[in-house]
Amino acid sequence: MSLESIMTRNPRTPRPSLWRSELARGIVGRLIGGVLVLWAAVTLAFLGVHLAPGDIVSLLIGEQIRTPAIEAAIRAEWGLNEPLWWQYLHYLWRVLHGDFGRSYILNTEVSQLLATQLGPTLKLTLAALLVSAVFAVTIAVATAHRRWGRRIANGLELLLASTPSFWMGIVLLFIFSFTLRWFPVAGDRHLSSLVLPALSLGLAQGAVIAQVLRRELERALESPFTLTLRAWGVGETTIRLRHALRHAALPAVTLTGWLVGGLLSGAVITEQVFGRPGLGKLTVDAMLAKDLPVVLAVAILSALIYVVMSTLVDILALWIDPRLRGESK
Amino acid sequence: MQAILQRFSVALPASVWIAILFLLLVALAVVAPHWLTHSDPLLADPVNAQLASSAQHWLGTDQLGRDLLTRVIYGSRYSLLISVAAMVLAVIFGTLLGLTAALARGVLDELLSRAVDVISAFPDLLLALMLIAFTGPGTNNLIIALGVASVPRFARVVRAQTYSVMTSGYVEQARTFGLSRFTLIVRHILPHAIAQVPALATLGLGTAIIGTAGLSFLGMGPQPRTAEWGLMLAEGRNYLRNAWWIAAWPGVFITLTVIAVNTLGRYWQARFEGRAS
Repeated sequence: MSLESIMTRNPRTPRPSLWRSELARGIVGRLIGGVLVLWAAVTLAFLGVHLAPGDIVSLLIGEQIRTPAIEAAIRAEWGLNEPLWWQYLHYLWRVLHGDFGRSYILNTEVSQLLATQLGPTLKLTLAALLVSAVFAVTIAVATAHRRWGRRIANGLELLLASTPSFWMGIVLLFIFSFTLRWFPVAGDRHLSSLVLPALSLGLAQGAVIAQVLRRELERALESPFTLTLRAWGVGETTIRLRHALRHAALPAVTLTGWLVGGLLSGAVITEQVFGRPGLGKLTVDAMLAKDLPVVLAVAILSALIYVVMSTLVDILALWIDPRLRGESK
Repeated sequence: MQAILQRFSVALPASVWIAILFLLLVALAVVAPHWLTHSDPLLADPVNAQLASSAQHWLGTDQLGRDLLTRVIYGSRYSLLISVAAMVLAVIFGTLLGLTAALARGVLDELLSRAVDVISAFPDLLLALMLIAFTGPGTNNLIIALGVASVPRFARVVRAQTYSVMTSGYVEQARTFGLSRFTLIVRHILPHAIAQVPALATLGLGTAIIGTAGLSFLGMGPQPRTAEWGLMLAEGRNYLRNAWWIAAWPGVFITLTVIAVNTLGRYWQARFEGRAS
């Protein structure tokens, strides 16, 4: 830290009550922003349906055979006989209540489909997140400021970050399922069937995070507080894990929040490679069958997850770095 | 032009040279695949299906007996052209959006920035999937979908850069000379505002190549029979047990191309940020 930044910093540590109110204000601001994003997402979905070329009824039916009964059901569900502004409010109202309409191809409520398929996808995404976090922290802590370690890790990270997750999945499948027979080829019955999908999805993101984490870690290891710790005789491992990591974690955590969106859409492909059930399989099937209500619901759901994640990341950042609390807007 | 030459006249690291050479080879495969191979990528030969690599078929043959090397070479065309076109689209619209937002300020800036926020609330691939759901699969729709999904990245950087350039001393100075607004923007603001864009676009190209392959892996891009890397991978997945090479080779070439593009992009960005070693 430079002399200048020490001098310009507020010498008085903010009182707990003060930072708590500022924290609350920050979170409220984020939530309002999040609600705006969600509202825009729903509006976009509505506009998409109405602006897409062709007749709305046949768009919503998809590949299902068109019968007068289904047509009447769609007209009633979307309020197609009402004025447009009414349809819009009606749609907003329905989405607010978790009613995303009906899939005419699968002949089920979309919300029910989502409820049953969300579990496996969240499991996969969280497992992949765990893989990438463990990978990033291990690699970064082990190789920061070590000449050969850095070089090897750099190459490995470039390779992993450049490998498409679905190809990684195929390679892992070939090696560990077909040849070594350590893990099942497809399905979602045991925990062991989660290992390969989580690896193929998480490693690429882990490589990206590891790079940022190492750069920040090296910066932290060069700063005066590390010198002080060394002078006190604190061991290298303790310095890295207890002190430097905390300083380095902030940008990595922010990045991780951003990458969760990537994990979610990566899950779409990974589920396809490993034949796992989940939102991804639901989405791809819906896309290929032109099952629009399902696609829209998945899009809105993913926007919701994005908003929740980015809010969580902001709160996590405040928790990691007390310095942010005093100056949060 | 001279500036570009000067920038590259510094000795490049070996890894960057290798990356450039590899990309030139890929570019050759895109422009003139018949120079690299004499076979037909669509010619099926069921008698010689699923052959391992040999002197005649260097990378083996696929489930219909088509030569894999030929298909990989011809496949680069789709994968690369789709990704490059998507990036060009994203750069043009992203730059225009960012520049407009920063120059207009006020309500328009707020509106455009919010719009960009909304787009980036959807993960790239999911946004592309959604757009394709409305428009149907196919090459053109794939380009538009991938392009739109990458617009926010460029819009944000150009907007932030334009803001900082506009408040810098030399633009103030130029303004006092009484330059017209147009000259000021085109001659003085634009070049600095977009300085970071080429490096960013190169890195984005790597993501776009993976995205293209991923979407056509899911069946949203070119349709079967076409030689395209992602599609070849999807077809090869079903033959993993007997003929692993069908899925392996397209993946190897996607990965090598992305590594080359990323190496170039990272070096460029490092140069830009002044931390090249």
